Amino acid sequence: MKKLFTVLFVLVFTLTVVAFNAEAAAEDFKLGVILVHDENSGYDMAHIDGVKGAQEKLGLTDDQIIFKYNIPETEACYDNAVDLAEQGCDLIISDSYGHQSYMMQAAAEYPDVIFLAATGDTAWKEPMENVANFFPHTYESRYVSGIVAGMKLKELLDSGKITDPYVGYVGAYPYAEVVSGYTAFFLGIRSIVPDAHMDVQYTNSWYDPKAEGEAANALISRGCVIIGQHADSTGAPSAIQAAKDSGKIVYSVGYNISMLAVAPTAALTSAQNRWAALYTPIIEKAMKGEAIPKDFSVGYANDAVQIAPLGPEVAEGTQEAVDAAIAGIIDGSLNVFDTDNFTVKGEKITSFLALDTDGDWTGDTGEAIEDGIFYESKLISAPYFSLRIDGITELTNE
Amino acid sequence: MMKQKHRKKEPLFRISKNGFVPLYKAWAIRIGALLLALVVCAFIIYSITKLNPLKVYGTMFQGAFGTNKRMWVTIRDTMMLLCIGLGLAPAFKMRFWNIGAEGQVLVGGIASAACMIYLRGKMSATAVLPIMFVCSMLAGAIWGFIPGYFKAKYGTNETLFTLMMNYIAIQLTSYFVALWENPYGSNTVGIINSRDKFGWFPPIFGQMYGLNVIIVLVLVVLIYVYLNYTKQGFEISVVGDSENTARYCGIDVKRVIIRTMIISGAICGIAGFLAVAGAGHTISVSTAGGRGFTTIIVAWMAKFNSFVMVLFSSLLVFLEKGAMEIASRYQLSDYVSNMIIGIILFFILGSEFFINFKVRLRQRFTKDKSQ
Repeated sequence: MKKLFTVLFVLVFTLTVVAFNAEAAAEDFKLGVILVHDENSGYDMAHIDGVKGAQEKLGLTDDQIIFKYNIPETEACYDNAVDLAEQGCDLIISDSYGHQSYMMQAAAEYPDVIFLAATGDTAWKEPMENVANFFPHTYESRYVSGIVAGMKLKELLDSGKITDPYVGYVGAYPYAEVVSGYTAFFLGIRSIVPDAHMDVQYTNSWYDPKAEGEAANALISRGCVIIGQHADSTGAPSAIQAAKDSGKIVYSVGYNISMLAVAPTAALTSAQNRWAALYTPIIEKAMKGEAIPKDFSVGYANDAVQIAPLGPEVAEGTQEAVDAAIAGIIDGSLNVFDTDNFTVKGEKITSFLALDTDGDWTGDTGEAIEDGIFYESKLISAPYFSLRIDGITELTNE
Repeated sequence: MMKQKHRKKEPLFRISKNGFVPLYKAWAIRIGALLLALVVCAFIIYSITKLNPLKVYGTMFQGAFGTNKRMWVTIRDTMMLLCIGLGLAPAFKMRFWNIGAEGQVLVGGIASAACMIYLRGKMSATAVLPIMFVCSMLAGAIWGFIPGYFKAKYGTNETLFTLMMNYIAIQLTSYFVALWENPYGSNTVGIINSRDKFGWFPPIFGQMYGLNVIIVLVLVVLIYVYLNYTKQGFEISVVGDSENTARYCGIDVKRVIIRTMIISGAICGIAGFLAVAGAGHTISVSTAGGRGFTTIIVAWMAKFNSFVMVLFSSLLVFLEKGAMEIASRYQLSDYVSNMIIGIILFFILGSEFFINFKVRLRQRFTKDKSQ
């Protein structure tokens, strides 16, 4: 009896100590977040929501999370990453692509701290263990938002209100993340309206409400009737709503946040990322001291992407088409970048090397196409679909 | 009654120029202004955030000096501000309104970045630093020479001219950022030579920013001596006081203007070298980060005394770091912290008025009594 009691006592004591330690580790955990803008930018707001969502799930207190707002993609990012590390952060996250090289620099100096660069694409080739990249399958929600746009386009064509299925897109910079996004959007549209064509106008900024509005107006004057965007402000939807109010037929498909607040009748939907679905497992792993995968990317199947509530003027049957597409993406029967569905310079693509090892920014390894399907965000988390497919024209400013 | 009608109405305040103000009194006024500013800020902080102002000021201090690393970042940024201030001092002392430091820093930075990118693998890492130094200095000197030459030769307005030169420098920087962007399409250059650190300042006594401090402190002494104990420095102050006097003394005003602007630009170019090789290891349109304008305050408040400039640039950087920490710690927008900086600067600048002028309230009854 006495022995049993002793054993029990030791057992209880040990468990208490273990539990206490685990709790202490969680209490000591500190997270630093570097944001390129603040809550005024839809993209950054989505990240803030994601972090807060993870915070709630994991029971972190406000004191355990340090936000740094408006950190440009310059040496300021390095300074702030170092500062967060010095403040005792165990995990530091940056949300913009251009932050990456500064994060890597800081990571080299603080090997005990984990540096996560969202949308980044170099962690896989870094010898350092404490760096990682992550990005959701945004191309999936872009495709679905393209279906919403395609349904509207079809309705406009059928009713004779328009004759040319002309789509526009306001893009930030001409690189893979943007290209992958607009191509997925376009393929979504073309799954409904096969002869649709699209122009892309770049703003050369992630967040520039004025330039995005101007780009939207330029596309409207060219005759575009639906305008998508990969830029972080509400500039384009606002301009589109103004044009629609003045009698033009034009609709907006946004990004990051629902655009219904700024474009109550013109907004059809928005492609959205649910960063919490990525942040929660990553932060949880970091809190437990487990290894974090160098690349982490999930999509509809893990609830990491979605589209915003449909606007009042979407075409009939849109919800059904959307649900069918989402179901197809989840069960794998629908592949966004099926090479049967697009051509480059009139030819079907059979091979694409996605990864670059020699630093010239063109792929030299990593075959992305398997069985006729281009698998996006599979080799690394960051999008690498950078093919310019037929039917899309990139406009240049000059 | 008639007499009273003719009596002039006395203004509420009478302002007269102060003669000699003893140094201790001037500094007492300045420190008083700073304290007053802190009190006013305390009210504003409390009314907006309901936080204990003393705690907020403590946070500011932590933001600037809280850790060893932070202290060095504060020192690094102080040196940067100071270096630009040293560049502006000769021009401003000559009453040449060089608003173009921003551009002069940027072209210096471009020159350094170009050396880091194009000379890599062609020479040793120690040999490239002097080359970068000279290239940046030359680039800055050219950017200073252009407005100086036009002012001397054609009497153009230097304020507008130097200001315009900034925009050219910013566009030039954008061009090079696009040329050197890494990765392609990202519109940022990223950290240059992050692997072999070619063209980076070597650590001095284990300190990453040690060389920045040494270079700038040497410049502090040189500029102090140049402005106060050399013939050229004397010429600058004569031209600044009165061009006609200078001409009367036989000083070649045009020559002095061009020479001084070359020096001013060259030192700003060195600041660009420090920003790229000694701090950021990258180049972007925000490499100068508005410091070219902020330092105008530093140079003026220090009355072009390079040692006093050390003090004012430290103060400004301290305020900036502290304000950033407040914004981060209490999750305030950085506009609040900019407000605090603005109020403090307003008081400090305002205190100069009270040092230079005497203000007396209207004395009501003096005249009546005499009647």
